[in-house]
Amino acid sequence: MPTVWRRPPLITNPRLRWAVYLGSLTYLVLAFASVDVNWMRVYEGLDRGLRFVKGFLVPDFVSRWGDIAQGMQESLTMTVTSTVVGILISVPIGIGAARNIAPLPIYLVCRGIIALSRSFQEIIIAILFVAMFGFGPFAGFLTLSFATIGFLAKLLAEDIEDIDEAQAEAVRATGAGWWQVVNYGIQPQVMPRLIGLSLYRLDINFRESSVIGIVGAGGIGATLNTAMDRYEYDSAAAILIIIIVIVMIAEYGSSIIRGRIQ
Amino acid sequence: MAETSRSFPESWRKRTPRAELLIWVGWFALVALFTFCWQVMTQDTIWAFVTDAPTQAADIGSRMIPPRWSYLPALMEPLWDTINMATLGTLLAVIMAVPVAFLAARNTTPSVRFIRPLALLVIVSSRSINALIWALLLVAIIGPGVSAGIVAIALRSVGFVAKLLYEAIEEIDQNQVEAVAATGASTAQVIDYAIVPQVLPAFAGICVFRWDINIRESAVLGLVGAGGLGLKLQDSLNVLAWPQVTVIFILILLTVLISEWVSARVRHAII
Repeated sequence: MPTVWRRPPLITNPRLRWAVYLGSLTYLVLAFASVDVNWMRVYEGLDRGLRFVKGFLVPDFVSRWGDIAQGMQESLTMTVTSTVVGILISVPIGIGAARNIAPLPIYLVCRGIIALSRSFQEIIIAILFVAMFGFGPFAGFLTLSFATIGFLAKLLAEDIEDIDEAQAEAVRATGAGWWQVVNYGIQPQVMPRLIGLSLYRLDINFRESSVIGIVGAGGIGATLNTAMDRYEYDSAAAILIIIIVIVMIAEYGSSIIRGRIQ
Repeated sequence: MAETSRSFPESWRKRTPRAELLIWVGWFALVALFTFCWQVMTQDTIWAFVTDAPTQAADIGSRMIPPRWSYLPALMEPLWDTINMATLGTLLAVIMAVPVAFLAARNTTPSVRFIRPLALLVIVSSRSINALIWALLLVAIIGPGVSAGIVAIALRSVGFVAKLLYEAIEEIDQNQVEAVAATGASTAQVIDYAIVPQVLPAFAGICVFRWDINIRESAVLGLVGAGGLGLKLQDSLNVLAWPQVTVIFILILLTVLISEWVSARVRHAII
């Protein structure tokens, strides 16, 4: 019987614990050994890093304002349109992917679409859409809509599966058809969360729209990439500041709206 | 009678007429905004390319099949790099995120008025910039390679881990903190014995969850020169080697699925 109290370990099984420790250590040694850092290059880069920090302190909004405005316009319009279209498509798919209201074949098809949309990140889908639809915000719009489906439909389906069955049962007991059950028994229960998720997705879509421009799908990412390629760190800093400010506004605004709805 | 029938309509309505009108105005505004954005977005779109898309898609599809499996051995080292970027990046992020989280949580921060907003600013800046953009900056600063990818992943993940961790810290049971403090423990001991045990499971879950996301992200970081599978993807795309692109896509998909499975298993075991 030990006389001194010891805190219980996170992993109770001692064999598993030591195996995890040893495995992690071996992995870390191997991983660090395989990362070769070119310290000369890092040293040379410090100068650029300094210039970038200076760019952040004195951002240059003016000299590339035309490009920045164009990029922002593309990003913002892309965000709105893709979120709306994405939601319009994901609501039926989300309903179809809820096991408690959809028959098995439809359930499997809808779950398949969700899995397909979720398994690739936006940038890879953007590469494919740019190759198919040409450069520009239209490819970006399609990418974000497609990505929205996987996100929103999955969460909506899970939400529908978690509803209070008693309410749906009560509506069904009045002799309501399938549509009426969905409309009066299920929709009121999931609507607040659906609105919240839509706002959250709007936020995500804006963030993503600032990236997919790197592969040619329009938006502020293309402008940022160009600014970096030209070594115009002060313009790049200006773009980053604009992105951060818009994301902050979007996040703050959506949290207020979500707080009022839920 | 007329009076009552006006205030109590015959058939049940969910909302008052005023609320219904407001909702309709809201929908109308949304449709107007959507139409406006659509017009602005598509003004430079070349519709010939869009209508041509099915042909293009069929063309690319036919080029992508069959996958060039002989390319697979050349992808093993980039795969190892990708996993390292995600894992070491997560590790670095966690090391940076823990102090930030303790400074940001309302109940552990030394100063709600000065230090907390600063910590929150760090979290927001890190979260609002995508890992690819971080990588773009870091490749320019410290040069292309895995190290830029690690730092990019780390900088992106700091905000995520710190945000979820400080929310977990704010939700702890305050009684335990009081109990430990009542034994005469110092601030560090209170954190060590009262707060850390309460947030440790959540913390481990957050780390594994972020690692899973980072595997996805590090797979494409190479597109901007930060090493890993993305670099090979960029090489193959540049020479339009679609059969190789297919192999890379399949490999990325498998890696993502396995990491998701691992993360789900570990989180299930912890929580």
